[in-house]
Amino acid sequence: MAVKTADTSPPLTIRHTRHVSLSDRMGTIGRYALLFLLAVTFLVPFYWMITSAMKDDSQVYVVPPVWIPNPAYVGNFISAWQVQNFNLYAFNTVFKYAIPATIGTVLSSALVAYSFARMNWPGRDFCFAVCLATMMIPFQVRLVPLFIIFKELGWINTYLPLVVPAFFANAFFIFMLRQFFRTIPMELSEAAKIDGANEITILLRVILPLAKPALTVVALFAFMDAWNDYLGPLIYINNEPEWTLALAIQRMGRAMAEVGAKSNAYPYLMAVSTIVTMPILLIFFFAQRAFIEGISLSGLKG
Amino acid sequence: MAAVATIRRRPQLSRAQRREFFFGVLFASPWLIGFFLWTVFPILSSLYFSFTRYDLLQPPVFIGLTNYTNLATDNDFFLVVWNTLWWVVLSSPLGVGSAFLMAVLLNTRIFARSAFRAIFFFPSIVPIIVVSSVWAFVLNIQFGAINATLRAFELPTIPFLSSPDVVKPTLLMIHMWMQGGAMVIFLATLQDVPRELYEAATIDGGGSWARFWNITLPMCSPVILFNMVMAFIGGFQNFALPWLLTQGGPNRATEFFALFLYRNAFQYLRMGKASALAWVLFIVIVIFTVTLFRSSARWVYYRSE
Repeated sequence: MAVKTADTSPPLTIRHTRHVSLSDRMGTIGRYALLFLLAVTFLVPFYWMITSAMKDDSQVYVVPPVWIPNPAYVGNFISAWQVQNFNLYAFNTVFKYAIPATIGTVLSSALVAYSFARMNWPGRDFCFAVCLATMMIPFQVRLVPLFIIFKELGWINTYLPLVVPAFFANAFFIFMLRQFFRTIPMELSEAAKIDGANEITILLRVILPLAKPALTVVALFAFMDAWNDYLGPLIYINNEPEWTLALAIQRMGRAMAEVGAKSNAYPYLMAVSTIVTMPILLIFFFAQRAFIEGISLSGLKG
Repeated sequence: MAAVATIRRRPQLSRAQRREFFFGVLFASPWLIGFFLWTVFPILSSLYFSFTRYDLLQPPVFIGLTNYTNLATDNDFFLVVWNTLWWVVLSSPLGVGSAFLMAVLLNTRIFARSAFRAIFFFPSIVPIIVVSSVWAFVLNIQFGAINATLRAFELPTIPFLSSPDVVKPTLLMIHMWMQGGAMVIFLATLQDVPRELYEAATIDGGGSWARFWNITLPMCSPVILFNMVMAFIGGFQNFALPWLLTQGGPNRATEFFALFLYRNAFQYLRMGKASALAWVLFIVIVIFTVTLFRSSARWVYYRSE
């Protein structure tokens, strides 16, 4: 099955006549009106986030709302970051969680996907089917026992419950990589085998170099999953020095609702939210195509 | 098939085949081991815990089906079941529907298509903590973007998050805003529909509505089914957004199944009851999914390859 792209095939509108009728023109206008309306609606929360990040309290607690803060307090982005120890939380999120989990996910998923895609062994297809089926199991069924297991192991308040399972491959990424590996001609593997290469050499020297785009997508997805994760840290990480960004922002939001909230509570919350969204925006901006292809792929088994 | 399977079952595997099997399993072992460690074993222990009373401090005490039978008289349980069914039944079709609508809009000859696509897609990859923080502010009853605007025009404010009657539709609205993933899957499907079909329909005099109804919709129905199944499974597990945005309130209007389960496990330390709840959820999801697949024979069109 080839990787299908969202961009290559031409748009479907058929220009069946040269003359554009009035109703067609109305349809076009209506379509653009709907698109622009939707796009503006979709963007309002982000616009509000970024502009509110640069307000002070006098521009927050006011009617009518301030849409263009003047003066704009750009320094809020720095002050907000210093309200709590966000450097530490960012360090935790990236170096204790996202990077190790990404490495584990990519390595293990590539290995398993290679076995499912390019090695013949009895029971392989059954295992692959089971692997896909596990995606449908609600996480709650495993939640309590996993917590108990990790508690027995003394792993609570460490990143081990979030990182170690990543080294045991992820069903969705196995599926993605398998689909990609299957598009690489078998002749390449056979030629390498004739030259005396074993499976590990073929994987490392032939398949992985050719699969760099797919591996990049998996790495980006895995990194984002960790960066965006809220539930995992919520369950396993309780003490403040080990917090991730998500937990710290949650604390910031809750503190705001309490009596005697600090000044600039909303602008600072919005500033930190903006900063935390930036890496996602950058990844998306530079890898938009790879991204959308990766997600489209997940629907093709439907 | 069966015959082939039995022949394979008693194999005189050659050396090369045995080698192949060994390396195949070896390469797949991260998943195989992980499957037993992080899936099979937890699921079975969860079933065991569901028959016990367990608070993490004392060892589990076997109490049979008590956790399950207690649910029958638990009003809290019926409240969260009602909330959750409400959510699943409405959020799945509305979420899938809005994703489909966006994809259909984007799949036409329009200016700046990839910009629109990026805008519709982006909310689905923003961290959920940011989503909830920003919407909490936008929807704030006094100074949020919407209500402050309404107040400026001396219009009544909308209690998005503070009225039990309004809060569920509010969550639906945010849910529909986050459908980028399903939208992209639909978009790829729409671009896969053979153009000849549309051309033939046009020659036969089919208008744009007829083309949509008789070509687009049937051709997309397998993916609609896929997205509906995913939406059902996700809907039953809905946790992060209501937990962060409303903490289940106001007046427990957004206390969904997953929140109730989380509270029982980690706030009240009722691991047994939480496990029983998890198994109820699991079984309900399986029933829903199987029913959906069964019904699909009537409304899903599979083109033969």
